Amino acid sequence: MRLLETPIGKTVRIVEYKGGKGVGHKLRQLGLTPGKEVSVLRQAPMGGPMMIDIEGRSIALGRGIAARVQVEIDY
Amino acid sequence: MRIGLIGQPNCGKSTLFNQVAGYKAETGNFVGTTVTYTESKVRLLGDVVDVVDLPGTYTLAGSNPAEKEVIKYLTSKDVDVVVNVLDASHLTHGLSLTIELLELEVPLVIALNMMDEADRLGIRIDVNQLEEILGAPVIPMIASKGRGIQPLFVKAYQIGQSNRIPEQPQYSEAIEGILTVLTPKLENIQSHLRGRALAIKLLEGDKDIVDDVVAQAPEIESDLKSLQKVSKHQSGRSAEWVIDEERSNKAHSIVNRVLQQGKRRISLRDRLDDILLHPFWGYVLLIAILYLFFQLVYSLGGLIEAPLMDLFNSFEAWITGIFGGSQSLLVQVFIGLIQGISGGIAIVLPYLAPFLIGLGVLEDVGYLPRVAFLMDSLMHKLGLHGKSIVPFILGFGCNVPAIMATRILEDKRERYISAALSTMVPCAARLAVVFGLVAYYLGPVVALGIYLFNLFVIALTAMLLSKLVPETSPGLILEMPVYRIPTLRTVSNKAWWRIREFVVEAWPLLIVGSIVLAIFNYLNIAIYLNGLVRPLSWALGLPNEVGVPLIFGVLRKELSLVMLGQALGSMEFSQVLSPIQMITYSVFVVFYMPCMATMVVIRKELGRRAMWHIAGLTTLIATLAALFTRGIAELIF
Repeated sequence: MRLLETPIGKTVRIVEYKGGKGVGHKLRQLGLTPGKEVSVLRQAPMGGPMMIDIEGRSIALGRGIAARVQVEIDY
Repeated sequence: MRIGLIGQPNCGKSTLFNQVAGYKAETGNFVGTTVTYTESKVRLLGDVVDVVDLPGTYTLAGSNPAEKEVIKYLTSKDVDVVVNVLDASHLTHGLSLTIELLELEVPLVIALNMMDEADRLGIRIDVNQLEEILGAPVIPMIASKGRGIQPLFVKAYQIGQSNRIPEQPQYSEAIEGILTVLTPKLENIQSHLRGRALAIKLLEGDKDIVDDVVAQAPEIESDLKSLQKVSKHQSGRSAEWVIDEERSNKAHSIVNRVLQQGKRRISLRDRLDDILLHPFWGYVLLIAILYLFFQLVYSLGGLIEAPLMDLFNSFEAWITGIFGGSQSLLVQVFIGLIQGISGGIAIVLPYLAPFLIGLGVLEDVGYLPRVAFLMDSLMHKLGLHGKSIVPFILGFGCNVPAIMATRILEDKRERYISAALSTMVPCAARLAVVFGLVAYYLGPVVALGIYLFNLFVIALTAMLLSKLVPETSPGLILEMPVYRIPTLRTVSNKAWWRIREFVVEAWPLLIVGSIVLAIFNYLNIAIYLNGLVRPLSWALGLPNEVGVPLIFGVLRKELSLVMLGQALGSMEFSQVLSPIQMITYSVFVVFYMPCMATMVVIRKELGRRAMWHIAGLTTLIATLAALFTRGIAELIF
């Protein structure tokens, strides 16, 4: 599943990032690395970015980027 | 002694710096880059030490210019002790940077900031144990309330003097095995990093460092490649990810040992995003907040501007009176000088100062990233990112702070486009022209029409520019800081430094330009100036005399209205200009070439080339927009 399709309020685990190295670096800087748990907080209207929570921090991610983050549902 | 402050964005590092920095603090650039730092002298234990506020970085991976410069600076001889500011309420993420700092073998002190915030979230941290694990002193503190600052700097001073270096973190056997092979090979390499730290960076594949080392010892390249392969073979992932994960795991295990999570108190702040980022109310509040912001800045600016202008005008009249209305060169130059000085004091500063204070408040509260979040989708349709909206909004007051605000954009392309677009936003001075000419003679609806047309042209230009200058960053990745109440000191210091930059760098040029124009005036070359602009004024169907006010308008935009009256010989514009001419002239004035103060700031922020590009581009757009307007207006009137 992609992070983009994760419903609001759901907690998922990051599996991998598919895409350019530059963005990969940026995600890593913010601690969005494989194995981390994130939950989707909200979604801006009209195709805007989504806001996620990781370790108590809020991060806004554009949909283009969220579409490239593979996640799995945490049980 | 020099103390370097380092920490991740939003850790409160700048608040800490502002608590100790004096008004003389200097902002500088690292040689050859746009990465800035701020430095201040601080009295400490009878000595004077330098405290340097380095740009906030999440890691030291060297993946952007700021990280590269920070790591070079930290390991240079210039810094005697590093103070790592950690946000106690988000300890895990912060510690990954601390672990990277430990690798560098520099004297280190940890400032455990935001203890109040951690307390609110029910977080208890065993400071002694953290200190023991890290091998570096940990000082709990609350920078925003000024607590713990004295002990922190005293400790930093002691550590700097004793040059105590904490032990390096140990990683898994696999990584350690590789490092043991690699490190001895680097003995003769000249670098700002020491053996083991250098080996880690090489293994991570930091391009600059690898290139540097390979240039010195070409044989290392193949060794490095095979070691990276070994690592990849062992773990299935490239070495940089493995090391990153090890740091992250280490941070986790430290947190597990020192942190106890109690009950968190839910307060209004946790619910604030539900309101401010609401799909509907979020936008309503955005408009309300910006409206209020403008009202405050604009009315405050107007309150200061009017009496100051009066003062300068009567001073100018007095000077002219003394010389008995003489038109000698000296008098003209003197008046030019006064106009240049008054242009800075009476027109730019009254708006710039409240603007920068207001901007500082919005910044420190943490609202600006929320604006970016709300506006991202709209800005995307124009080929830009949400963050670009900020300089844009500021442009309505004055273009100078708008250009300064493009600093929040990391990408050079975004900065250039946002700067170009924000110069097209009609500032308060151009508002005066639109109101004085169009709204006054033709009614507010026509003036509103000009504003809407302006927005349309800006949007069109944005789309064109973003097509012409290729996109480099794929989307928004932005941390939303926790809402905070800004401290007076941080806000006023920041505003003061930015104002000082304007006064020192832009103002002198404004004065020189003003004197040059005065000399032009003396030489009575108005006729030549009008001739120079004649092709344009002819094409736009405007009288010959608009040349001079348009040229002088570059100095100060309101001059294009004031001097229009002088040039046409009447302030009763309806008798000397047709409605079509008024509209066409106003549209041209709204778009053409930014004023001199703005140009100077563009040159400083983005370089000389960008300044001329933007000047040319806006003049071209102004001509096209005015031609279009003339055509439409002739159909209507």
